[in-house]
Amino acid sequence: MFGGFDAVELARAQFAFTMSFHIIFPVFSIGLASYLAVLEALWLATGREVYINLFNYWLKIFSVVFGMGVVSGIVMSYQFGTNWSAFADKAGPIVGPLMAYEVLTAFFLEAGFLGVMLFGLERVGPRLHFVATLMVATGTLISAFWILSANSWMQTPTGYATNADGQFVAADWLKVIFNPSFPYRLVHMVLAAYLTTALAVGAVGAFHLLRDQHLAGPRVMFSMAMWMATLVAPIQILAGDQHGLNTLEHQPTKIMAMEGHFESHPDGAPLILFGLPDEKAGKVRYAIEIPKLGSLILKHSFDAPMQGLDTVPRENWPPVPVTFWAFRIMVGLGLLMVALGLSSLLARWLGKLYQSRLLHVFAMAMGPAGFIAVLAGWFTTETGRQPFTVYGLLRTADSASPLAAPAVGSSLAAFAIVYFTVFTIGVLYVLRLMAKPPHPGEEGPSTDAPARAAGITPAVEGVMR
Amino acid sequence: MSLDLTTIWAFIIAFAVFVYVVMDGFDLGLGLLFPLFPQKAERDTIMNSVAPVWDGNETWLVLGGGGLMAAFPLAYAVIIPAIYTPIIAMLIGLIFRGVAFEFRWRVQRERNLWDAAFTGGSWLAALAQGIALGAILQGVHVEGRQYAGGWWDWLTPFSILTGFAVVVGYALLGATWLVLKTEGELRDKAYRLSWYLLFAMLGVIVAVSLATPFLSIHYAQRWFTWPNIVLTAPVPVAVACVSALLLRSLIDRQDSRPFFLTLALFALSYAGLGISMYPYIVPQSITITQAAAPRNSQVFMLVGVAILIPLILGYTGWAYWVFRGKVRAGMGYH
Repeated sequence: MFGGFDAVELARAQFAFTMSFHIIFPVFSIGLASYLAVLEALWLATGREVYINLFNYWLKIFSVVFGMGVVSGIVMSYQFGTNWSAFADKAGPIVGPLMAYEVLTAFFLEAGFLGVMLFGLERVGPRLHFVATLMVATGTLISAFWILSANSWMQTPTGYATNADGQFVAADWLKVIFNPSFPYRLVHMVLAAYLTTALAVGAVGAFHLLRDQHLAGPRVMFSMAMWMATLVAPIQILAGDQHGLNTLEHQPTKIMAMEGHFESHPDGAPLILFGLPDEKAGKVRYAIEIPKLGSLILKHSFDAPMQGLDTVPRENWPPVPVTFWAFRIMVGLGLLMVALGLSSLLARWLGKLYQSRLLHVFAMAMGPAGFIAVLAGWFTTETGRQPFTVYGLLRTADSASPLAAPAVGSSLAAFAIVYFTVFTIGVLYVLRLMAKPPHPGEEGPSTDAPARAAGITPAVEGVMR
Repeated sequence: MSLDLTTIWAFIIAFAVFVYVVMDGFDLGLGLLFPLFPQKAERDTIMNSVAPVWDGNETWLVLGGGGLMAAFPLAYAVIIPAIYTPIIAMLIGLIFRGVAFEFRWRVQRERNLWDAAFTGGSWLAALAQGIALGAILQGVHVEGRQYAGGWWDWLTPFSILTGFAVVVGYALLGATWLVLKTEGELRDKAYRLSWYLLFAMLGVIVAVSLATPFLSIHYAQRWFTWPNIVLTAPVPVAVACVSALLLRSLIDRQDSRPFFLTLALFALSYAGLGISMYPYIVPQSITITQAAAPRNSQVFMLVGVAILIPLILGYTGWAYWVFRGKVRAGMGYH
């Protein structure tokens, strides 16, 4: 078993698989933590009950999502050693400290205050509890800062030197942390987390409004979510465009793969909307393209020359079809998000925000769009930087652990079985929580445990079973 | 000077791993003992006693692993592939254990299923950690800068022994934690369990201590040659004293003491392991100096550690303080 597979390919599959599952949860918990902080602030400021009801409603969902994020995240922190030990040895002196700072400044902050946030409102009072919520929300953002810094350094390494053992060492930590692609990636990712959360919250609101448009909680969450989508979706497209220009400057090959530019275009490159990239033939079949628009978007000039993959040695090509298609899925969903924001703005202006069934159906359909777009975006950037782990410096094939294919294959199979069972069930529990509307007197996780009346004796309970 | 920094880092990583071992040790210990508490009310109380803090406890594992990669990248790159299977098993165990904390409150009918996941996950993680410890102690095959053994090298009678030893130790931590945090019948049961587990713990400490010198002449020389013996002899003496105090506190039923005395027992066993290993980080192959990250990586992180670890200990302590005292059935805060 697994004998016919290449250990490096299996290790890549394992990283992609465990990472794709993991990333869903932090994206949602980054957005939800901030949303919870806003809800609690509004409750403290206005005293309106609807805000604390919504807070407790989303807090239960947050606790399940956060738990899944923690356990799937621990797997990630050990993947560097289990499957990528050569990378750990060579890049550890740079990537290691960045991740250590993530643990010290973010993970402990989140974990330390999470207990108080989930269970401590009555014990510490509303003000101190709000501080705990803020700390958790801040922790999620600090975490994004460090992990994206580490990832960005692997994409656009700067501020390093190499030592006698062949390790990367820092020459200038500030240049390592604030490497060229980091600011763009951080903005793009945090906005993605907020937008994804807004779409999920909006879909839950829309779901309940479709059943009863007079419910206070769903009205408030739907309105807040739609404001977020209206404002952030266009900003995200701008941020994505800037990120793309930055990629063109530092990782032009990735752009060539994203755009499907196999050939160089000395007089202006087209924008290929759709087509089937054929790596063997080195061209995009059945391409639907708009002449010169590619150069306009990327170089802000119709006739600007663009180099293609024909200028890059074959062994340095990323897998073009995945990069090409993942990018289109992300952009397509982004445009739909803008459309949803504008539709909600129109409905709001017409006074139909809580009545328009069409809008509610649209918002519900867009509920998973953020998660899919995030995954598509990561597939674009991570596939597009292949075949390197440290871009241009350390090849993926030279980064793997000295393991035989059966070892990597068995662990991949084990992770696949465990992840599909555990996280599918977890997502079902989250959907079950979402299927109930928030109600007056909504309780947080603190008193939510089913059937916990104090007076039930074990004997009585035995009978009840 | 660079040697000093390396030693400081060895202590920091050792500290992080120790904090992980004792803190997640009692969480995992509760999972190990879960089948002995079949009633729902008891199980809810047990869960509630750690629900607000388990996540913080587990974070020390990420610091231990991440910190090892940052401060001793070569050691991380050699050790983790050498214990590939136990590590994967531990991660999968921790997944089941971790999600059970959240999932069991979301369901009625399937609760027993998640309780089983809690128990199974805890057993798998505890055993895997113990086996990993044994696999590291017995030494791994290194060539150049890489692990060069097979993917079943970790499995030996010695690593099975250490796996069992860690299970016993965690169970004792869990039992004494329950003594500290609960009342009534639950506490009585925890006291009884602590008795048995204390003797089992002393048994495995003796067994591992006797087996270790046979692994390598280095360990035997470290412990039994003159003048080392002057420095190493106090360790078993201290183990005997702490065990006597622990026994006493179990007889006198002083709720607040057994847990902390068990921590002391862990600290002594851990110091013993440190004495055996130093100055190696991969026994008999790679020393801490050989594995150390470049100086500027060490300095960069030391600044953060010096400021942040005291802060972390501060607010973690506060979180424990907020949820201090006995957990009562039906009055849980989950």
